[in-house]
Amino acid sequence: MITKRRTPYLFLMPYLILFTVFIIVPTVMAIGLSFTNYNAVQTPQFVGLTNYINLLTQDTIFLQYVLPNTILFSLVVGPVGYMLAFFLAWSLSQLTKLPRTVLALILYSPSMTMGVAMTVMWRVVFLGNQSGIANYALTQLGIITEPIVWMLNTNYIMPIVIIVALWGSMGVGFLAMLAGLLDVNPELYEAGAIDGVRNRFQEVFYITIPSMKPQMLFGAVMSIVNAFQAGNIGVMLTGSNPTPQYAAQLMTNHIEDYGFTRYEMGYAAAVSVGLLGLIYAFSFVARMLFAEKD
Amino acid sequence: MAAIGGTRVNPKKFHKNQIPIYLYLIPIAVFMGLPIVYIINHAFKPMDELFAFPPRFFVSHPSLINFQNLFQAAGTSSIPLSRYIFNSVLVTAAVVFLSVIISTMAAFALSKMHFKLKNTVFEVNNLALMFVATAVTIPRYLTISSMGILDTYWAHILPQVAMPVCLFLIKQFVDGVPNSLIEAAQLEGAGSFTVYRKIILPLIKPAIATGAILVFQNVWNNIETSNLFTSSEGVRTLAFYMNTLSTAGTVQGQGMAAAAALIMFIPNLLLFVVMQSSVMNTMAHSGLK
Repeated sequence: MITKRRTPYLFLMPYLILFTVFIIVPTVMAIGLSFTNYNAVQTPQFVGLTNYINLLTQDTIFLQYVLPNTILFSLVVGPVGYMLAFFLAWSLSQLTKLPRTVLALILYSPSMTMGVAMTVMWRVVFLGNQSGIANYALTQLGIITEPIVWMLNTNYIMPIVIIVALWGSMGVGFLAMLAGLLDVNPELYEAGAIDGVRNRFQEVFYITIPSMKPQMLFGAVMSIVNAFQAGNIGVMLTGSNPTPQYAAQLMTNHIEDYGFTRYEMGYAAAVSVGLLGLIYAFSFVARMLFAEKD
Repeated sequence: MAAIGGTRVNPKKFHKNQIPIYLYLIPIAVFMGLPIVYIINHAFKPMDELFAFPPRFFVSHPSLINFQNLFQAAGTSSIPLSRYIFNSVLVTAAVVFLSVIISTMAAFALSKMHFKLKNTVFEVNNLALMFVATAVTIPRYLTISSMGILDTYWAHILPQVAMPVCLFLIKQFVDGVPNSLIEAAQLEGAGSFTVYRKIILPLIKPAIATGAILVFQNVWNNIETSNLFTSSEGVRTLAFYMNTLSTAGTVQGQGMAAAAALIMFIPNLLLFVVMQSSVMNTMAHSGLK
């Protein structure tokens, strides 16, 4: 073990400097700016909690669309995406190596193409006229007679955004859980069978998950982050911010709308702080569920 | 009920109880994989097939016309395609290189050295796993602008180098390096830097590969730094250019966007295929406590 006093800091320094400048400082600044009125030109004016009060009482768009949308979106893409990732990883872990590797690669590939594939591919699938793939398929099946203008129809925008987000959500967390599943000591399963584990469901809950809690937690955190980061999908698919009638407007879009379109940076910062708080709350729940008790 | 026991996970041979799993995994894999197949097909479609009715999934007369258009169209505007590609390669390579170096150094310190703030630093980094860059875009912009690096390559590179997930995964992996190896080297007079270079780095290659891939994916596909922190086309990246093509909505643009999407996608895929066993090896150590 290395105990010299200055050495550790020398090794940490480069990372810490960049980490501080580009992660900590912006976060602290966001908190600071959220108490001000700032239009990016004049000096920020301190306004106390006004931004937060406006956000929670005056901003009808936020309360009526953005907040419910964000909660719906993150609940589906977060927990549901997470359970799906675990289920797929669990299924894969029971296959032989070659098919497992190939299938894992296919499931993982959307998450590495996300931005790239999305604009090109999903826009063609959900094209609003007859030559869109979704419209064509549904017409052929006799489900619809007129093409649906997917990206302008407020009933469909949000579900489509959620499907696309789920499609791209088998990322690092999924791989971590797969690795964790493969790492569980097989003797535990044998012991469990002797101790009266009756079916696969019990096996997953009493043996598999408890013995890979750390990976489960890592996967959960990654799912949460992914769910909140995926906010651009709606804007990219519909090609506009705000999305038509705010149908898929999420907090990240609201931040950009206020920050870069209206230059109300102080207000946008208050929304940012709210978003970070929400992410932290979700992660706190995940920690409660999977933390190792010691 | 021993049959549900240990032999089931990571089996060596095919067994008939794997059939139900294939029955649902294969359709899911098709749904997940089709878009990728589609991009590949779309990129090689000539104009009449791109907009054919009824729409076609597979290309029937593959052609390179989209790639030609892409290279020529970029050639007529002031910025050639090769410039965007060069920018992307330069920025990505720089970030991956710097990120791997500073993350492995920090991971070594956090894992194998004793100092006061050790746990605090690691905890803060764990909290930062949840950091969503888009949430603090504006302060980030202000930081970068006050450093005077707006519209330079540094505006792409510096903000992306410190990546909490990368440090976290590498640190967990360094934990697995036996202390006895380090102690033995120190007895022979090796300093910290020698230990880092001669012992740690060679033993954590899988984690380095994984970190590098994650950073690569982040940077290569990133359009935000181009969008927000640069204003002249000359320093913008391929991902950004591809995005403008696909949102331009012109007839030619679609085919060109598909061709560009394919050019973007191939390096992602190749890197992951080549390094997938390192990645899985690292992920086994990824637990968050």
